Amino acid sequence: MALEEKDVRYVAELAHLELTPDEVKKFLPQLDSILQHMQKLNELDTSQVEPMAQVTYPAAANPSLREDQPKKTFDQDEALANAPDPRAGFFRIPRVIEKEE
Amino acid sequence: MNLTELTIDSLRELIVQRKVSASEVVRAHFELIEKRDKEVRAYLQLCPELALEQAAKIDRQIAAGDPVGVLAGIPVAIKDVILTRGMRNTCASKILGNYVAPYNAPAVERLEAAGAVILGKTNCDEFAMGSSTENSGFFPTHNPHDLTRVPGGSSGGSAAAVAADMAVASLGSDTGGSIRQPAAFCGLAGMMGTYGRVSRYGLVAFASSLDHIGPFGRTVRDVARVLQVIAGRDPHDSTSADVPVEDYVAGLDQNVRGIKVGVPGEYFKGLSPETGDNVQKGIDLLAKLGCDIVPISLPHTDYAIACYYIICTAEASSNLARYDGVRYGFRSSEHTDLQEMYKQTRYGGFGAEVKRRIMLGTYVLSSGYYDAYYLKAQKVRTLITRDFLEAFDDVDIIVTPTSPIPAFKLGERMDDPWQMYLADIYTVTASLAGIPGISVPCGKTKAEPHLPVGMQLLARHFDEARLLRVADAFERAGGFELA
Repeated sequence: MALEEKDVRYVAELAHLELTPDEVKKFLPQLDSILQHMQKLNELDTSQVEPMAQVTYPAAANPSLREDQPKKTFDQDEALANAPDPRAGFFRIPRVIEKEE
Repeated sequence: MNLTELTIDSLRELIVQRKVSASEVVRAHFELIEKRDKEVRAYLQLCPELALEQAAKIDRQIAAGDPVGVLAGIPVAIKDVILTRGMRNTCASKILGNYVAPYNAPAVERLEAAGAVILGKTNCDEFAMGSSTENSGFFPTHNPHDLTRVPGGSSGGSAAAVAADMAVASLGSDTGGSIRQPAAFCGLAGMMGTYGRVSRYGLVAFASSLDHIGPFGRTVRDVARVLQVIAGRDPHDSTSADVPVEDYVAGLDQNVRGIKVGVPGEYFKGLSPETGDNVQKGIDLLAKLGCDIVPISLPHTDYAIACYYIICTAEASSNLARYDGVRYGFRSSEHTDLQEMYKQTRYGGFGAEVKRRIMLGTYVLSSGYYDAYYLKAQKVRTLITRDFLEAFDDVDIIVTPTSPIPAFKLGERMDDPWQMYLADIYTVTASLAGIPGISVPCGKTKAEPHLPVGMQLLARHFDEARLLRVADAFERAGGFELA
């Protein structure tokens, strides 16, 4: 096995995922096995191949750019309608900066 | 006359001729849902009031002699990853359990403008991550052909709803096979258009370079009707293609003589013998219809699953970073500071498969592994796409099995994630290349319980019209009931 428990905990930390010790034990062999299957790609020589980040096809012109014009979107009430803790027109979160005593 | 078993055109004709009302049609569907969905469990949420309101509006328009759309009074179901204004949109995840969609996805907007009546939102694998609908954060959906089996996934609820006559047509999403594979498992036609053919605005993002919205129907014509309505450029989605939409329905009912159909040898290894038999009979039928059958090779097929699962998990880890408990959805109360709030929210809100994919995606994008996994996969994606483009120099359509096996038993593949991923082995290739694909039924397995088998047809980018024409000719020649 190439992957270790500390790797699983490190990746979970990067991804902001809390994992119980049991979950770390369960995920370790699963992730390790999947990553080993993924290494099959190393059989291919891709030194002369361009990476493909997006599907491209012959189209008349690049349609992705539009005029940058201001227009009405959601108002504040609509934008906050799904918020778990809205307060006075804001999204409320736990204190991030400590108060000076 | 059973109002829940008709095709779109025949049902619309009855409604427009005022032989039945749209309201009666909608009520008939809710009555059947009341009876059947206790066992099938296709729906997460129903909206009878909204549906009856929309049906009454159609009935009034018809009574007044006003023109109505091509889907007037047609009851449809929407996968719960596609925003439908005023309804909850959970993505079958606890983290979005109370999220109410503030706007309509254009695909939904266009369906309603054409007169369709939305019955409810359907179950799926959490955030569309899975091949069986067992990863739903709420409950699994059962296959209407055999309730002990899965309907496929991730759009299993949308497939099961149509297969059980609890909707005439439905919308699903397809990232690596999530429409085509459940269509195969449930005995339906299910289609993914070319990447960019249908706007994804309002589709909750899983893997943005692979995600599609597409239709399920009981006939190819029904699929063509729905795709016609939802396809086309949308200024809200910069990846939606500025390419004219052909008249798919007008192209049906034609012969398919002389169309070149490629059969890639790589797709006929390691599949169940019965699946192979049925698909071979399907190919023989295409030959009888006058298609030229040509053996071809797509040499990088064996690398597709590894390539796909690197790219889709990488994109998912990035897309799902937004679920942090700040702006919408679930927020855990188990925290003292902001970091803890993020972590506890994501711990309590996501299911196991979503966590697994976020971790895989984070790993393949992390410092030291990016080149070895993610960049490598992007290069292999180029090779897989090139295989298709070269094949389409010689053939018009490619035919393969949709899935190596028919619907499997609930629970059978849940212990080994890689086994579950292999269920997508024949569908992920078209997703990576961005070409359109449709799955159509090609008979059922010989042994009890006679499960549907699906045959996949693929075409060049934006060649949906020809793809539908071949699928329709196959259906009219009895291909769906091959024995």
